[in-house]
Amino acid sequence: MDIFLTYLIVFLVGGLVCMIGEVLIITTNITSARILVTFEMLGVLLQAVGVYEYISDFAKAGVNVPIIGFGASLAKGAIGAVKTNGFLGIFTGGLAATAGGIAAAIFFAFIFALIFKSHTKK
Amino acid sequence: MEREQTIILKNKPKIVGFYAIAGPKEGKGNFGPYFDYVMKNDHFGEDTFEKAERKMMETALSGVIEKSKLTAKEIDLMIGGDLLNQIISSSYAARAFEFPFIGVYGACSTMAESMAVGSVLIDGGYCKHIVCCTGSHFSTAERQYRFPLELGNQRPPTSQWTVTGAGACVLSKEGDGPHISSVTFGKVVDWGIGDVNDMGAAMAPAARDTMLNHFKNTNTKPEDYDLIVTGDLGKLGAEILVDLMEEEGYKLGVNYGDCGQMYFKYNQNTLCGGSGAGCSATVLNSYILKKFKEGQYKKVLFMPTGALLSTTSSQQGDTVPGVCHAIVIEA
Amino acid sequence: MEDKQRNLQYNRYVNSKIPKTHPWPTLFYSFIVGGLICVLGQGINDIIMVLFPYMSQASAWAITLIVLIFLASFLTGLGIYDQIGKFAGGGSIVPITGFSNSIASPSIEFKSEGIIYGICVKMFTIAGPVIVFGTVSSVLVGFIYWIIGMF
Repeated sequence: MDIFLTYLIVFLVGGLVCMIGEVLIITTNITSARILVTFEMLGVLLQAVGVYEYISDFAKAGVNVPIIGFGASLAKGAIGAVKTNGFLGIFTGGLAATAGGIAAAIFFAFIFALIFKSHTKK
Repeated sequence: MEREQTIILKNKPKIVGFYAIAGPKEGKGNFGPYFDYVMKNDHFGEDTFEKAERKMMETALSGVIEKSKLTAKEIDLMIGGDLLNQIISSSYAARAFEFPFIGVYGACSTMAESMAVGSVLIDGGYCKHIVCCTGSHFSTAERQYRFPLELGNQRPPTSQWTVTGAGACVLSKEGDGPHISSVTFGKVVDWGIGDVNDMGAAMAPAARDTMLNHFKNTNTKPEDYDLIVTGDLGKLGAEILVDLMEEEGYKLGVNYGDCGQMYFKYNQNTLCGGSGAGCSATVLNSYILKKFKEGQYKKVLFMPTGALLSTTSSQQGDTVPGVCHAIVIEA
Repeated sequence: MEDKQRNLQYNRYVNSKIPKTHPWPTLFYSFIVGGLICVLGQGINDIIMVLFPYMSQASAWAITLIVLIFLASFLTGLGIYDQIGKFAGGGSIVPITGFSNSIASPSIEFKSEGIIYGICVKMFTIAGPVIVFGTVSSVLVGFIYWIIGMF
């Protein structure tokens, strides 16, 4: 029962976050790059003021999978690295924490670009 | 007194041959049965879409020369253009045929622009046979002006679908076929539309300007034509033009149509309809000229519009100017 | 001055003419698709935690995101992701899979201009701002916390 509830929350929160993105698209006609940046900055902000952990404990993948989570780990990495490494951490923290995602995105994009061709839209 | 933009052609340059080639989606649209050739896929046997667009124009050129019973050596001049940067498709297609070439750019109005220039040259007695060719390709335009094909974005409701296709026609001093009786070169008109996804609204004022000028100069009314056809204003733009003309006291009735609006069937997901240089070019060089042959049309006002923007101008926040060139074809 | 007035009036008139689409279907689809992608992420994360019980939460999430990124690039290559995006909109843009799609799609598209000038140069035409803004803001946040830490 517990696990069902977790997944329900993940579904509802994740769906809601994405729907807010869609509302932004419909009302302001903004491009997908701006949507991504907007939500990413939201994540950075939530982490910087320290409330992201609470949201993430509650909604789990519902906020970790949307790009909000990516922004939050950038900020979290920077904050953590400053505490352990001091000044150097300002620059190394953010990217180090998200290196996995960025490297994966670049690597898979490169490999699949070599394999596939683009298709005409239907 | 207003400037007269219309040139009345006394020597009646004839359209002796016409040819249209289109992509598979276009082939399933409303004008599908009229095209000379429908491609099986958008690649057309080439590895890039740009090369496919070029091959499409080459096919249209050789097709139209053959249909006019001429040889490439007899063509005095080619006038053509397309939507890609530095109009590469037309120039590279011209390279294959070795005839003199004038590249023109009027965005989606390029077909009328090249025919207008060509018919004036023939009327003046400077050329015997001129071939005009224009084309566009959905996938090349999409990546030049918008986003990669595989990006999972949504198209706004006012957006239009760039037609994959090319049309060509041969203008001659003598021969059989309908003739061009007058041409009106349009002004660049900008009424401050900034939304690049709303081309119809950006171009409608240009169509209005050219149309008013044309009616005044030739002393005609909309009812004098069997068909008045704009290029790719789309559903929204066509409605706007009807409203704008009504304000000026001209009523565009059932004889008015827009190529883009009529191009695709309702269920083809093209939102406001077709667009692109190939849109008006393929409709003119298939449906309209065939109807002339069958004797259904006697007098047609063909006036495609073009949006003269680039990605740079729109990123710098400029509005979208439009232009519209008109030609009158008479049987 | 007269032109400006006319342009304003024309813009107002055009806005009133723009076809009103019903937002409900896309909102619904974006909710469902977005929710399902998140559920998929939670599922992957739970499986990882079952398989490797001693792994830290942070590492498990990192691997989850890598799996999702892989799936999205793969579907982009197959030409499926843009078709999901057509009806789901925000539902497939906002999740990390949308980020992956925005890197993979230009790479595949510009392959025709070669590996260096096509794939590598154009890879970040859409996702570049995400990385730039992310890096800049993380440095700013780090800087602020560094200053705070000195007191």
